[in-house]
Amino acid sequence: MDVTIFMQQMINGFSLGSMYALIAIGYTMVYGVLRLINFAHGDIMMVGGFLGYFGIAVLGLPFAAAVLLAVVGSALLGMASDRIAYRPLRSAPKISLLITAIGISFFLENSFNVFFGGVPRAFPVPPYMEKMVEVSGLMMPVSAILVPVVTVILLVIILWVLFKTKYGMAIRALAFDVDTVNLMGIDANRIITLVFGMGSALAAVGGIFWAVNYPSVEPMMGVLVGLKAFAAAVVGGIGSVGGAVIGGLIIGFTEVVVVAFFPELGGYKDAFAFVFLILILLFKPTGILGLDFEKSRF
Amino acid sequence: MISIKNLHVYYGLIEAVKGIDFEVKEGEIVSLIGSNGAGKSSTLKALLNSVKKSGEINFLGYDTRNHKTHTLVQHGLSLVPEGRKIFINLTIEENLRMGAFNNDENYEHLKEVMYGLFPRIKDKRHQMAGTLSGGEQQMLAISRALMGEPKLLMLDEPSLGLAPKIVGEVFETIMRLREEGITILLVEQNAFAALKISDKAYVLENGKIVMSGIASDMIGDDTIRKKYLGG
Repeated sequence: MDVTIFMQQMINGFSLGSMYALIAIGYTMVYGVLRLINFAHGDIMMVGGFLGYFGIAVLGLPFAAAVLLAVVGSALLGMASDRIAYRPLRSAPKISLLITAIGISFFLENSFNVFFGGVPRAFPVPPYMEKMVEVSGLMMPVSAILVPVVTVILLVIILWVLFKTKYGMAIRALAFDVDTVNLMGIDANRIITLVFGMGSALAAVGGIFWAVNYPSVEPMMGVLVGLKAFAAAVVGGIGSVGGAVIGGLIIGFTEVVVVAFFPELGGYKDAFAFVFLILILLFKPTGILGLDFEKSRF
Repeated sequence: MISIKNLHVYYGLIEAVKGIDFEVKEGEIVSLIGSNGAGKSSTLKALLNSVKKSGEINFLGYDTRNHKTHTLVQHGLSLVPEGRKIFINLTIEENLRMGAFNNDENYEHLKEVMYGLFPRIKDKRHQMAGTLSGGEQQMLAISRALMGEPKLLMLDEPSLGLAPKIVGEVFETIMRLREEGITILLVEQNAFAALKISDKAYVLENGKIVMSGIASDMIGDDTIRKKYLGG
């Protein structure tokens, strides 16, 4: 095996894994505070991709401004979904929340289908992101470097918020005990909405990277990615942000490596995330970083 | 400070508190005593509007009816819950930060005050709160509530599950808080310890107040002795 090709694949794997990680963090954070698998999360990522598309193709915004639009728009959508759909169900059985999440997911997918059609739209990738650059002998597009770099920066920001700010402490406290958070004079509902906003903002970044990579957007683009990112969150240990990143990288790497080195298995690449999911549920149901299911979060 | 009129608390069809009146004046320690299930904890929860209730509650001259739990806490009505409920997945210092969530400007100062009051939690301030002993957790739960500078501090069974020696420390702490000018509403099964430090007490039985009066008189009362003080 050629070292150059190997390194190239490693970078591709890291890049894909970073995208899964960005989306998986949203699953894991919402699970941490509400014990809810937010099945609409992959669709929030799709909306992020679309907002980026509209920003560039329709409004003629520069790429960075379109990203900002997507991040803000998706965060607002995520917060609105909590405010409108989940908040009234705070004391309802968890299964009601889950069904509601599936409902929001179908609603987003189908309303985008109705209004914008199911045909993939070419995503206008800015030329500088497709430019090939040479890094110590490896040729790769700028986007392949940008994705992991941005992911790492966002990850540092998220961890800083969670561990160094009072809001992050409240999020972690909430994962443990909602009623007692209210006793601190904190509006727990607002903190939960904030979690939805943060997770959705990250998903929007993931959605745009996805759209740049493929390069297209369509209403069902969030379904499979969302499921894989969910698998990543469980593999890493649902409730743990670090775990979501590890799970995302494992699944991203596996997909790339398998396709690169065993091309005959290429047709099965989407299955690997779920193979990991099944294996981890069989042998370590709490995931790689998940410790005590009820006690340790984040 | 706070006055309660005709308070009822409901859990579905069950009425846990059946129309009680009581009052806590500024600077007092007032106890609600009674056996398990008498409605003591329900009463405290009702004061914070976190259970279904009816009745009139007047706190510092305001009707609390339309306020959520967290706004009442922000206005100075603070509860140290039964079982302490410290955030075991946060460090001791982070627990204190949560208590001062709406009190940024005084956080640093109050933190030092708490560490002065309870040197034992200071030594462990960067440890996860789950590693503390029961007594230390109670100290932390009280300090966490004090970080919000409450006007009325409500304590729900602070002696529960603690060794007798530690119970003594907790009650000494409560007396010290009163000297600092904090008004206290105490709920206890340990009636004797509660009466010893209280100004006034109310005895709850099956959701009703069956007796009330000056705490020191009640210690000497025969009925009370028989029923709650073990002879």
